[in-house]
Amino acid sequence: MDITDFYDTFFEEAEELLADMERYLLELDVEEPDAEQLNAIFRAAHSIKGGAGTFGFDVLQKTTHLFENLLDHTRRGELALRRDIVDTFLETKDMLHDQLDAYRNGNEPDQEAFERICRTLQQLALEEIGQDLDGGGAPAPTAAKAPEPTPVVEPEAGAATASGHLIVALLGVNDANRQLLVEELGQLGEVRDQSGDAARYEVTLETTASADDIEAVMCFIVEPEQVEVRAAGGESSTTAAAPQAPAAPVAAEPASGGPAATAVTRSAPTQKPAAKSKAKGAGESTSIRVSVDKVDQIINLVGELIITQSMLDQTVGELDGVTNGSLVNGMNLLQRNARDLQEAVMSIRMIPMDFVFSRFPRVVRETSSKLGKEIELITEGESTELDKSLTERIIDPLTHLVRNSLDHGIEPPEVREAAGKPRTGRLTLSARHQGGNILIEVIDDGAGLNRDRLLAKARENGLNVADTMSDDEVWQLIFAPGFSTAREVTDVSGRGVGMDVVKRNIQGMGGHVQIMSTPGEGTTIRIVLPLTLAILDGMSIKVGNEVFILPLSAVLESLQPAREDLYAMAGDDVVLKVRDEYLPVVAVHEALDVPGARTELTETIAVIVQGEGRRYALLVDDLVGQQQVVVKNLETNYRKVPGVSAATILGDGSVALILDITGLHRLSRTKKEARRPGRAAHSLEALSDNALETSS
Amino acid sequence: MNQMTDAALTAADAHHREFLVFSLGEEEYAVDILKVQEIRGYENVTRIANAPDFIKGVTNLRGVIVPIVDLRIKFHLDKVEYGGQTVVIVVNVQDRIVGIVVDGVSDVMTLSPDQIKPAPEFGVTLSSDFLSGLGSLEDRMLVLVDIDKLLTSEEMALVEHAGE
Repeated sequence: MDITDFYDTFFEEAEELLADMERYLLELDVEEPDAEQLNAIFRAAHSIKGGAGTFGFDVLQKTTHLFENLLDHTRRGELALRRDIVDTFLETKDMLHDQLDAYRNGNEPDQEAFERICRTLQQLALEEIGQDLDGGGAPAPTAAKAPEPTPVVEPEAGAATASGHLIVALLGVNDANRQLLVEELGQLGEVRDQSGDAARYEVTLETTASADDIEAVMCFIVEPEQVEVRAAGGESSTTAAAPQAPAAPVAAEPASGGPAATAVTRSAPTQKPAAKSKAKGAGESTSIRVSVDKVDQIINLVGELIITQSMLDQTVGELDGVTNGSLVNGMNLLQRNARDLQEAVMSIRMIPMDFVFSRFPRVVRETSSKLGKEIELITEGESTELDKSLTERIIDPLTHLVRNSLDHGIEPPEVREAAGKPRTGRLTLSARHQGGNILIEVIDDGAGLNRDRLLAKARENGLNVADTMSDDEVWQLIFAPGFSTAREVTDVSGRGVGMDVVKRNIQGMGGHVQIMSTPGEGTTIRIVLPLTLAILDGMSIKVGNEVFILPLSAVLESLQPAREDLYAMAGDDVVLKVRDEYLPVVAVHEALDVPGARTELTETIAVIVQGEGRRYALLVDDLVGQQQVVVKNLETNYRKVPGVSAATILGDGSVALILDITGLHRLSRTKKEARRPGRAAHSLEALSDNALETSS
Repeated sequence: MNQMTDAALTAADAHHREFLVFSLGEEEYAVDILKVQEIRGYENVTRIANAPDFIKGVTNLRGVIVPIVDLRIKFHLDKVEYGGQTVVIVVNVQDRIVGIVVDGVSDVMTLSPDQIKPAPEFGVTLSSDFLSGLGSLEDRMLVLVDIDKLLTSEEMALVEHAGE
């Protein structure tokens, strides 16, 4: 076995450690840093250094070494934290991440950047502590530092540690790995003696490293329970004394170091090395990494199962319930189990919004210091779950909205004070479920949107606006392409590119954006997204002999149109009056050329639908029912179809098309134009334009 | 029959290719057998609105939505009927699965290179671009269809092309 086989493990662990480090750094209270957090940051740096050393990632090791030393001074209170120091630390963390990426891709990290960060760190050390850090690569003798606040049981200050003998026992390690480990130990100190067999192989090591350091390094190669480290010495009693108390992760007060040479045994399988278990959250060890493809495959298969189950259900439904009682009962049970299974499988794809929100403290911190504003970030509903594919796609639009709120929404401190508001602006990110949707809100307590300015700007841009427009419509103007009301273009935002992209991205995910704003009090931008793209709450409708599915989220109500509520307009256009509102009418059979549909308007059913803020009445023959459908992509083997967003498979195994509410309206218009005499050629073009538009 | 055995004997030769022979009306066509995924009956096809008439719609192939193309309509055959004999050949072209409706499937033939003649340039309905040649078998003539090119061509409207 080759040591490179362990690279991936190291990279993944290091990545998690860096993420932890960033989280702790951002949580740090500069005035009164929490000792536990400082320790956690230190441990993360330390663990990465250990691994980097093992794998010969020189640059990474040296950087972490410098970083670790500084962190050590910090946690011992020798270096007073300041905001800019934390910034430097964050920068260092980013640098470590870059270096890690470079190694992962088989490159050497950027030497210049490395030197720069080293200089910065050394400068910091020199100025703040008056101490020159060594730029060397040898692991710091952490054990020599006293008093030791990390939860490590090791020989107490001085005597035993300066350069002690440790006996490292390898339990059940195969030859290849053993060789590797012995080599590794050789780098940490001097190997004095080694003997034993595969079951138990003991290495006597003269080293300045602590037992924990050694374990942390070894654990990249073998399981924690395969390593035992204890102090060597004449005290045969210590060695003989059967199982020494395992190092308690927290109870590491100096008092516990009674015996001169404390054995650190890790034979208990549940015990993890301190460096590892502390750096990771407790819950993470119970998770496994699975590729998304595998999960998707399971979801597909379960979808198939559900379809087969409902096919069976239909067949069984036609049987006599009395003579086939047990079959019917079995089917009911199967149905329940299948639904549960589907729900459970779908939940695999769901990940908490924390995944998204956790990157915003950094964004807010950097943006606000760039803008010279004081901003407090509040996140709510981090545990709200969302489909993984959506979570990844929401990050960019959300970042844009947050930047926008920070830049244009929240006022500078002086302006806020003058307006009688607290100096510190407040930005809230919240997520919550509502029905089959997730609502993600970006709320600021800034100046709010300025109606007059928006309208003026819209006119300047040649948009068609009127003073009588509702607030809602005015707010939506900010999503128009090339629209920016910022008086000056800043680094952060204001070029007017982006908001339209934000809206498009969100619509691409099947969602929409709402804006609520009160002058002087702030703005709320709400993103409404479906929970998942794989399953849709649908309403099945019938036109002629064909069944279609309407997304239930788009359906407002349905009614039978009365003759007196229908008005003809300009020839073949019809509008339907619903409670003082005139809605355009789109007949499904006309838009989709369905034969055999009812043509007498009063015999049809009008389903009032809403898509992209536009309402209209969709004429169908019958409502069949509501059901959850598994969304199947039409484009996998075919192409985008105007007026249709996807397909699904019905209980009888046949395919039904899911209608695209916005696209259907557009399709109906283009078809009507095409029917007008003398314009056929032009309209055909429009139809194919339309296809392009919907596919983009 | 003799010919079949001969063909089978030399099938290992890399230059020999196997073709699935199908009929459209009176004519015999063939496609590379490696492109064929399966053969099934014609049933349960959901119509797609505003598509060309030779695209019959989509069907459910074990959970995958597959478009169905009727080559008889595409090639302007006089008689287009759907019955018990109507067969759908499911082919796999460029990572897409497409079903093609034909009048019947007859057999699998192995053709040697000298049995494959270049297609003359005459096609109006079926451009010779979509043919990989003509297979001659004693008194039979097989039209060898380049199914990849045909199904991904712009005029089939099965795949979205840039500029559309």
